[in-house]
Amino acid sequence: MSGIILPGGDGMLFPRDRAWHPPAATPGYKSSTFRAPKHALLSLGATASELTGPTFGHSSLNPLDNDLIRNYSQDGSEAIGQRMIIYGQVLDENARAVPNTLVEFWQANAGGRYRHKREAYLAPLDPNFGGCGRAVTDADGFYSFRTVKPGAYPWPNGGNDWRPAHIHFSVFGHAFAQRLITQMYFEGDPMIWQCPIVGGIPDKAAIDQLIARLDRHNTTPMDALAYRFDIVLRGRRSTMFENKLEGN
Amino acid sequence: MLHPVPTLKETPSQTAGPYVHIGLTPNFAEIKGVYATDPGSTMLTPDTKGERIVVSGKIVDGSGAMVNDALVELWQADADGAYVAPMSPNSNSTPAFTGWGRQPTNAEGVFSFETIKPGPVPGPDGKPMAPHVVLWIVARGINIGLQTRLYFEDEAEANASDFVLNKIMDPRRRATLIARKEPGAVPRYLLDIHLQGDNETVFFDV
Repeated sequence: MSGIILPGGDGMLFPRDRAWHPPAATPGYKSSTFRAPKHALLSLGATASELTGPTFGHSSLNPLDNDLIRNYSQDGSEAIGQRMIIYGQVLDENARAVPNTLVEFWQANAGGRYRHKREAYLAPLDPNFGGCGRAVTDADGFYSFRTVKPGAYPWPNGGNDWRPAHIHFSVFGHAFAQRLITQMYFEGDPMIWQCPIVGGIPDKAAIDQLIARLDRHNTTPMDALAYRFDIVLRGRRSTMFENKLEGN
Repeated sequence: MLHPVPTLKETPSQTAGPYVHIGLTPNFAEIKGVYATDPGSTMLTPDTKGERIVVSGKIVDGSGAMVNDALVELWQADADGAYVAPMSPNSNSTPAFTGWGRQPTNAEGVFSFETIKPGPVPGPDGKPMAPHVVLWIVARGINIGLQTRLYFEDEAEANASDFVLNKIMDPRRRATLIARKEPGAVPRYLLDIHLQGDNETVFFDV
């Protein structure tokens, strides 16, 4: 390389495009009313405190952590519902794979009911479905898990609002400032476009990024449909880490 | 090296929803048996070097109500001011101190971390920043995770010259990041996080 030195230094993150994310206050989603900061965020060129982040080895996972069909089985039975494999690649904005990072997910059961004591929806609990799981991305940034398709459910917001079927995702990346929580939706669901939480995202192309695609090639015949959901974390200028060569 | 213009956009954030504890602290959510322990529930080991402290506070919304369904993550340097180096991808080793914690708020909106006092970390200008921890907060109604810092009241001199605190033009708002100390066998540092309102915490765009 020619050795060009950039102002701002190696390892700095690309600025977050806040117009691509939902703003803090989205009146259609009532819960944001009192929980949205009103002051402008303080712009901070990330320091070592934000450019570093926790790491998680594959060794910290249990074998069933990425199998929501079986990881909460009480009696040896499997969770009820439309069986699915969800998989995808975690990338950064430079389209580089993000390997060895923790991806966590949680969801309602096939009837649209969460296993939570405050959950009031009348759909039944599935005794063999807990609704949480996790995976660590492989060397190419891929994660996968098995689950059942979550049901849509009504929620107290606008009087007759329903959440489209969705799965919550939490992703780390290699810098604490890459930390992201989002939700995955399913291709072809008309309710995506009626949801006040989804509707907080101003740009239709950004919403489209949250929609997993049915992947016929990776279905398991007579067993499970496959959906692909790629996740993009913030990009950063390259820094050579001797012990993390995959980042370069 | 120079990079081409980014070719992808960051995945948009969505609220963690009312049931973030199901996914990230399932044992706290009474979903037992999936994970042996909730990730980040314990930061300390007997081998952790440094002064034991508790970092705690309430999360309060713009109506004055306690936010009892939030999740807080804490990231900090060790007692020497170093962040835990990335472990090799498939490492089985566990460092004496990971620097990372994750706690739910309880029914009263209170979070609490048992940790150590961090050492000073070099800032972008090469000078040490005042000791601090980074906090990241998600909950129902928070569309994108909120990042902030907690500084320590008993580091007044270091706080006065801190690179980040000095970026806050209004000194009254700097105070929203400085935890008050309750002395004791294990000192407690208390900082309430206000999502909105007269005492709104300074949150960062990093």
